[in-house]
Amino acid sequence: MNALLQRVQGNRNALGLLFMVPAAVVLLLFLTYPLGLGVWLGFTDTKVGRGGEWIGLENYVYLWDDSVTRLSVFNTFFYTIVASIFKFILGLWLALLLNKHLPFKAFIRAIVLLPWIVPTALSAIAFWWIYDAQFSIISWSLGRLGLIDEYINFLGDPWLARFSTIAANIWRGVPFVAICLLAGLQTISPSFYEAASIDGATPWQQFRYVTLPLLTPIIAVVMTFSVLFTFTDFQLIYVLTRGGPLNATHLMATLSFQRAIPGGALGEGAALAVAMVPFLLAAIMFSYFGLQRRAWQQGASDK
Amino acid sequence: MSEYKRREFIKTTATVAAGAATGTLFAPAVHAQAWSSQPEKGAKLRVLRWKRFVAGDEDAYMANVKKFSDKYGIEVRVDHESWEDVRPKAAVTANTGAGPDIILSTHDDANLYPEKLVDVTDLANYLGRKYGGWYPVCEAYLRPNGKNWIGIPFGCAGNCLVYRESQVKAAGFSSFPKDTDGFLKLMQALKEKGTPGGFALGNATGDGNVWTHWLLWSHGGKLVNEKNQVVINSPETIKALEYAKALYETFVPGTLSWLDPNNNKAFLDSQCSVTANGISIYYAAKNSNDPKIKEMAADINHANMPIGPAGVPTELNLFFNQMIFKHSRYPRAAKEFIRFMMEEEQFGPWMQAAIGYVTQPLMAYEKNPIWTVDPKHTPYRDSMKIMRPIGYAGKMGYASAGAAADFIVVNMVAEAASGSKSPQEAAERAQKRAERYYKV
Repeated sequence: MNALLQRVQGNRNALGLLFMVPAAVVLLLFLTYPLGLGVWLGFTDTKVGRGGEWIGLENYVYLWDDSVTRLSVFNTFFYTIVASIFKFILGLWLALLLNKHLPFKAFIRAIVLLPWIVPTALSAIAFWWIYDAQFSIISWSLGRLGLIDEYINFLGDPWLARFSTIAANIWRGVPFVAICLLAGLQTISPSFYEAASIDGATPWQQFRYVTLPLLTPIIAVVMTFSVLFTFTDFQLIYVLTRGGPLNATHLMATLSFQRAIPGGALGEGAALAVAMVPFLLAAIMFSYFGLQRRAWQQGASDK
Repeated sequence: MSEYKRREFIKTTATVAAGAATGTLFAPAVHAQAWSSQPEKGAKLRVLRWKRFVAGDEDAYMANVKKFSDKYGIEVRVDHESWEDVRPKAAVTANTGAGPDIILSTHDDANLYPEKLVDVTDLANYLGRKYGGWYPVCEAYLRPNGKNWIGIPFGCAGNCLVYRESQVKAAGFSSFPKDTDGFLKLMQALKEKGTPGGFALGNATGDGNVWTHWLLWSHGGKLVNEKNQVVINSPETIKALEYAKALYETFVPGTLSWLDPNNNKAFLDSQCSVTANGISIYYAAKNSNDPKIKEMAADINHANMPIGPAGVPTELNLFFNQMIFKHSRYPRAAKEFIRFMMEEEQFGPWMQAAIGYVTQPLMAYEKNPIWTVDPKHTPYRDSMKIMRPIGYAGKMGYASAGAAADFIVVNMVAEAASGSKSPQEAAERAQKRAERYYKV
């Protein structure tokens, strides 16, 4: 026994494996198993409180024909794409500003992170009041200024509700993008900019040919995360609208919950959740193979 | 055993004697004392119930629990969860066979896993005989085969029209209209006077489902017939939706976004003159620290939902049940607990403490003074008597639960009312969506 222990201690590979066991167990137990269970449930007709039987692709066929599911897929894409574009533009802009020499730099940088630190449920409740049909502070202010006669129906009109929830999501997501990109900006050596200005590059050219290429690896990672967070958003919608009005803001995640837990159709809800996986994988693939091309990062043109 | 029975006997005779002297409200029938259930020795109980809507409910309930613990020496742990969270927890309990012994839940929960629940027919019969019988809707919920009770009804959160008396008068109505035609005229008059009413049309689990089901049923429409066949796409439904459209034009702006709390907030801010709600708005006003809102309480009154072409009351209220799970190691103690809580000595004071938020399931409790101490409480007294079960007129189960959770009726009414779809299209879509649940 002692000899075995000594051999393991002496063997780097065995020791490495040994050290990985706890992490592997945690991953298997809390990640692989629930994910596997979710995938399996999607192929059964399990109800809350009752076991199910294997029904193959029936859940998926059923969801394919379901008008509410289709609407939720559209909503999810619309929500993710619009919110991510804005989060990227605003986040990058904010990062560039924060990268300049500002008074109270550290303080301002800390403050910027606030929206991201506040628990979603809390900020969602704040937005719920901001968008309230009767008590909205925005409507109230505009009304006092004499700009509007009737309160804005932020969450009561399907398209307005979509944009309102997207705005709340952007508000929450920008700091994450900004701070990460700021970290990326600070890794870019000033000598590149010096060299560029000696060559007579305009600020735009500096941004386009120095900053952007060197920032792409960070952008790829940050935007992948941002897209994943947005695509799977739940709390914000659940607090603000519960998927209403007329299901105009139901995302796949909220609909999956509604079907699985209050509705009791665990199998169907799981199938809807699993249906999100291919889209998420596609987003990851895109960022890895699309944005991380070395040639482009090193300043060469696309092949 | 005999000791227990003897004590019970002395207690009941004492009650009767006391009742004879003071004129008790509920003279128990002679044959009603045939209850004897000996709790298991060393029993411990875990109860999961929905979190209070009004403060008095929880305090009085817990006081009764303590009374039970003191009397029987049985430790009872009570957990409170938001009512919408009890449903999934109850389901998981049923699924895994572990968790609370007793769960107080809502609507058709017991019908999802009847085989996991302890048969409580004896207790239901005992209580029914002693307290004037259960309202028929209780049997629809908890006696699905017409013979066995799978749970004990606990009552319902009554839902009435809450209105501002002065504004209704100003609109030219000396009393609140009792039929749907008069109600529409009132709503139109209120809108003209600049004091509109409003009802939740967002995905509001409580308020949304409650009033849209009333609307549908009041015109004779229904989701399914007695054979669980989906019949929502009917001329009656179309009429109900046309009515909804006319009604919606009188609403305060923004009702499509309203979730459960919105109508309370708008009403208490004097932005909404009529809405459908529990008695909680009235009490929020009555107990408010703001003198202006407190003043409003005198102007608030209640009415039952108007009767439509269907000719009978067609309310939907949030039904509460009490379920004992088969995995419980102490089913007899659990039964005893529920019996104890339902007896007049406990249930009566608790109803009063709950200030009329919960309407009794047993007919004898209609006489509880809470309903008459303030005439504004009285409409809520009948909530159980005049309500229809969820999933009407079909059977309850996964289909009815799924259809309600998916807001099929709420969405249909919202689509037609807002004009985003014609009544015909909205009804067709609801038919298609419902058929998926009631698989054809």
